[in-house]
Amino acid sequence: MGSSSSNMNHIPDAEELMQETGFSSAHLLRLYERFEFLDREKRGELSPDDFEAVGRLALNPIGGRIIGAFFSQGQETVDFASFVRILAHFRPADTNRRDGAPQDPANSQTRKLKFAFQLYDQDGDGMISRVELLQVLRAMMGIQVTEEQLQSIAERAIQEADLDRDDAISFDEFKKSLEKVNIDHKMSIRFLR
Amino acid sequence: MYRFGFVRLWLLGSVLLIFLTSAVTGNNGDLALSNQESHQSESKSNLNKTEHGHGSSVTGIPIVKFKWLHVESPYIIALWILVAGLGKLVIESNHHVTSVIPESALLICFGFILGGIIWGADKVQTFTLTPVVFFFYLLPQVILDAGYSMPNKLFFSNMGAILVYAVIGTCWNAASLGLSLWGCHMGGAMGDLDIGLLQYLLFGSLIAAVDPVAVIAVFEQVHVNEVLFILVFGESLLNDGVTVVLFNVFEAFVSLGGSQIDAVEIIKGIISFFVVAFGGSLVGFVFGLLISLVTRCTKNIQIIEAGFVFVLGYLSYLTAEMLSLSAILAIVFCGMCCQKYINANMDERSVTTVRFVMKLLANGSETIIFVFLGISAIDKGIWVWNTGFILLTLFFIFVYRFIGVFFLTWILNKFRLVPIEFIDQVIMGYGGLRGAVAYGLATLLDEEKIKEKNLMVCTTLIVVYFTVIIQGITMKPLVNWLKVKKAAVAEVSLVEKVQDKVFDHLLVAIEDISGQIGHNYMRDKWNNFEKNWMSRILMKPSVRKNRDYVFKVFHQLNLKDAMSYVAEVRGERRGSLEFIRNETALVNFKKKFDDEYSEIMPDITADMSDDQGGIDPVPCVSLEMHKQTMNGVRETEDINSHHLLQQHLYKGRKQHRHRYSRTHFDVNKDESEVQEIFQRTMRSRLESFKSTKMGVAPPKTISKHTKKDQQQKFSEASESASGCDTSFPMRVTYRAGAGIENPAFIDMVAPSERAQGRLPWTPSNLRRLAPLRLSTHSTDSFVIADTSIAGEIMYPTWPGNNFESLRKS
Repeated sequence: MGSSSSNMNHIPDAEELMQETGFSSAHLLRLYERFEFLDREKRGELSPDDFEAVGRLALNPIGGRIIGAFFSQGQETVDFASFVRILAHFRPADTNRRDGAPQDPANSQTRKLKFAFQLYDQDGDGMISRVELLQVLRAMMGIQVTEEQLQSIAERAIQEADLDRDDAISFDEFKKSLEKVNIDHKMSIRFLR
Repeated sequence: MYRFGFVRLWLLGSVLLIFLTSAVTGNNGDLALSNQESHQSESKSNLNKTEHGHGSSVTGIPIVKFKWLHVESPYIIALWILVAGLGKLVIESNHHVTSVIPESALLICFGFILGGIIWGADKVQTFTLTPVVFFFYLLPQVILDAGYSMPNKLFFSNMGAILVYAVIGTCWNAASLGLSLWGCHMGGAMGDLDIGLLQYLLFGSLIAAVDPVAVIAVFEQVHVNEVLFILVFGESLLNDGVTVVLFNVFEAFVSLGGSQIDAVEIIKGIISFFVVAFGGSLVGFVFGLLISLVTRCTKNIQIIEAGFVFVLGYLSYLTAEMLSLSAILAIVFCGMCCQKYINANMDERSVTTVRFVMKLLANGSETIIFVFLGISAIDKGIWVWNTGFILLTLFFIFVYRFIGVFFLTWILNKFRLVPIEFIDQVIMGYGGLRGAVAYGLATLLDEEKIKEKNLMVCTTLIVVYFTVIIQGITMKPLVNWLKVKKAAVAEVSLVEKVQDKVFDHLLVAIEDISGQIGHNYMRDKWNNFEKNWMSRILMKPSVRKNRDYVFKVFHQLNLKDAMSYVAEVRGERRGSLEFIRNETALVNFKKKFDDEYSEIMPDITADMSDDQGGIDPVPCVSLEMHKQTMNGVRETEDINSHHLLQQHLYKGRKQHRHRYSRTHFDVNKDESEVQEIFQRTMRSRLESFKSTKMGVAPPKTISKHTKKDQQQKFSEASESASGCDTSFPMRVTYRAGAGIENPAFIDMVAPSERAQGRLPWTPSNLRRLAPLRLSTHSTDSFVIADTSIAGEIMYPTWPGNNFESLRKS
C-alpha cells in the first residue's frame, strides 16, 4: 500500500473525488489504473474509440448507449473525474452514512434510476417517447421480431407506465413502474480493491 | 381419450414390471447385489449344476438348454436397470403428477411397491442397496456429472460461503445432533439402548451431511435463483470431505474405545481432515489435468476419445478411495478442472457425446439409487423401531440445520457484497436434504462394534424418506409461498421486464468498462497463469491460437467483407437479410395469433390486412374496435407482448448456463444471440462510419457464419463474434442523428488508405470463409483465410458482379 500513496498524487483532485463519490482511495487507484489502461494514447482523457477498444462491448446490445452515457452533452472526451463520477452510480448503497457524505450521493436510488432513464432518453427532454422506447427495444430484441411486434410491445409498455396519458414516460412514471425492483441490487457492482 | 392413453400406459407398465420382477424372483436367482446371500447362491448354483449335469447325462444330447445360471448375474443386473428405467418411464408419463411430487419421491414409492412384490415372493429381501454397489458403481457418475456441469465461475465466486457451510455447518450438525441425542438418551427419552456417546457422535456424523443426489433431485424442479442453488449444491458436494473424516475418526474412536482418546488422537483427527480434503482435491485436480492432456493428443482416435473422460474420472474416484481420501471431492474437482479443456480440445461430436453420456449415466444411477432406497426398506429383518430415537433424530436434524444456517449466514453477510436474504436462508435450511450417502454410510457400520446398527439404519432410512418425500413435495409450494427469487424472474409489467434486461446489459458493460472483474488481483494472476502455462500444456495448440486470435482476425476479415457488401445493399432495398427476417417472423407470428384471434374476433383479422398485403399485423389497441372485444384483445395482446419479450429479449452474458439440470441438456442458445448483437453493433458503427464521407462507399456489416447455425438462412452474411479493431475510426449510435461529422476522425490517414486498399475485396472469398467455425476443426480454415487475404490483395475486382457467389454460400 505504500506505493499507492505515491500514485495518488498523479490523480487530479483525488480528495474531492473521494468525498463526492464515496470511493475509497484504493478504489480510486484501481479506477485510475483502468483509466490509464483504456487511454491508449495517453491523452489524459477518453474518447469513444477508447471505449470501443473494450472488445466485449461490441457484444452488448446497448453498448453504444452506455458508452454515450459517459459523454455528457456535446462533449467529445471524458476525463478521469467524469469517468469516476459515472462509475460512482454503480457503487452499492452505503448501509451506514458517513458524516460529511453528500446529501444526494451518486449511488442513491434516484440517481441510479436517473442514469438508467437517460439511457432511454437520448434527446434529453426528460421524457421517454415512443420512438426512444422503440429504439431501445429494437436494440435488445432478436432479429426474429418484426417491426409490428416491436411497435405493439412499445405501445403496451407505454400504456402500462404512462399514467398521465401524455404518450411518453416521464422520470416519475419510470420510477413508479420500477418500484418493485430492487434497484440497489440490480445496479451495483462490486468494486474491488 | 388422452386420459385413457395414460391409464393404458400405467396398466401396461405395471403389469410388465410385476411380470418381470416375479420372473426374477421366481427363478430364485440370488443376486450378487446382496452380500448376505452370496454364500447361499454359490451353494445353490453348485446344486443346480450337479442336477443339470446329472440330468443331461441321462437324457442324451439336449438340443436346447435353459442355462439360467450361466447368465444369472449379468442378467439380473441388466434386468434391474431395465426395471428402473421402465419405472421412470411410467412415472414421467404424467406431468401433472411429477410437477407436484418430485420424481425421486415417486421412484422411492415405486421401490416400495417392488420391494413388496419381492418380499411377497421370497419372504426375504434378496435385493438391497449394498454399500459396495452404491459407492463404487452408482455414486461416482452422479458426482462426475455434477462436477462436469458445474458453473465454475459462480462456484468459485461463492467459494468462501460454500466452504463455510460445508465444513463448519456439517461439523456443527454432527456435533449438535450427536450430543443432543446422547443427552436425551441420558435423560431416558429413548428407553434402553446400548449406545455410547461416541456412537452417537458417529451416528451424527453420518447423518449430518447434506446429500448431493437428493439436492439435485429436489431443487431441479424448483428453479430457485442461482446463488441459492449453488450454495446448497456446492455445500452438498464439498461436505463429503468433512463427512469422510468425521466418520472415519469416530469409527476409529469407537473401535479404540473411549479410554484411548486423548489430545493426540484428537489432533490427529483434525490433521486428517486437512489431509483428506486437500488430498482428495489434489487427486481430482491431477486426474483432471491428465484427462486434458490425453484429450489433447487424441486427434486420431476421435471415436473413443470421449471414453477417456469417464475412465479417468472413475479412476480418480477409486484412487482417492484407495488412499483413504475423499473420493467425492476428487471426482468433483476432476470434473470441474477438465471441463474447459476437454470442451476445447475434443471434437464437437465427442463433446456432445460426453455431455449426453454423463447425463445418461447420472440420471440412470439416480433412478436406480432411489428405487433401491425404496426396496431396501421392505425388509423385516432390519426393522427396529424406537419412537424416541427416530422422532428425536428427525426433530433435531431439522432444528439444528436451521440454526446452523442462520448463524453462519449472519456471519457471512458481514463479508458479502450481496447479502443472503432471509427467505433464501430459510430455503437453504429447508433444503438440507439427506439421501443415499447417509444410508450407504449407515450400512457400512460394523455390527460387532455397534450393536444398534439396525436401529441406525432404520432411522437413516426414515430420515431419508422424510427429507426426500415430504420435504421434496413441500419444497415447491414453500418456494412459491415465500416468493423466493427464482432463476427466471416473473415480471409484472413490460417496462419492468425490459428494464431488467437493460440493467443486466448495463452492469455487464460497466464491469467491462471499469475492468472490475479483470483487475481482481488474484483472478488476474490466475488467468495469466492459466493462459500462459496451463493452456499451453493442456489445450491443443490450434485451439489456443484460435481463442486468442480469432477475434482479431475475424474482425479484420469482416470489415473487408463489409465494404465489399456495399454494392448489394445499395443495389437493392431489401437484401437477403430483410427478406428472410420477415419471412421467419411472419411464420411465427401467424402461428401464434391465428388460433387465438380466430376465436375472439374473426372479423378483425380480415379488416387489417389491407395495407400489408397478406401479413396479419398485431391488432394494435389504437385501432377502432368494439368496446367489448377490446378488453379481450388487450388481454391477449398483453400476454402476447409479454410472451414475445420473454422469448426474444437477449439474455445477456450473465444469465446463461447457470441452470444445473439433470434432465435437460441445453444446447448453447446464446451463441446466436451474441452473433446477432455483434452484427447489429458493427452495422450501426459502420453506418456512422459511412457518414464521415471518406469517399469510400458506405459499407454494411456482414459477419461470418461462426458457430453451428446452419439453419439460419442468411449464412453468407451472418454472424461474427469479434472484438474491436481500435485503429478503425468508429462511431457509436448514441450520437443522435445518423452521422455527425467529426473532423478529428476523418483525419486518420491509415484507415482510409487501408479502406481504399482493401475495398476491392471480392466476395468470392466469402465462400471460403463461410464455413468458418470457432471450433477445433475449422482452425485450418483460418490459415487458409490468412493466406488467401495476402494473396487476394493483389487482384482487386469490384464486387458488384459477384452476388451469385455470395448467394451460393
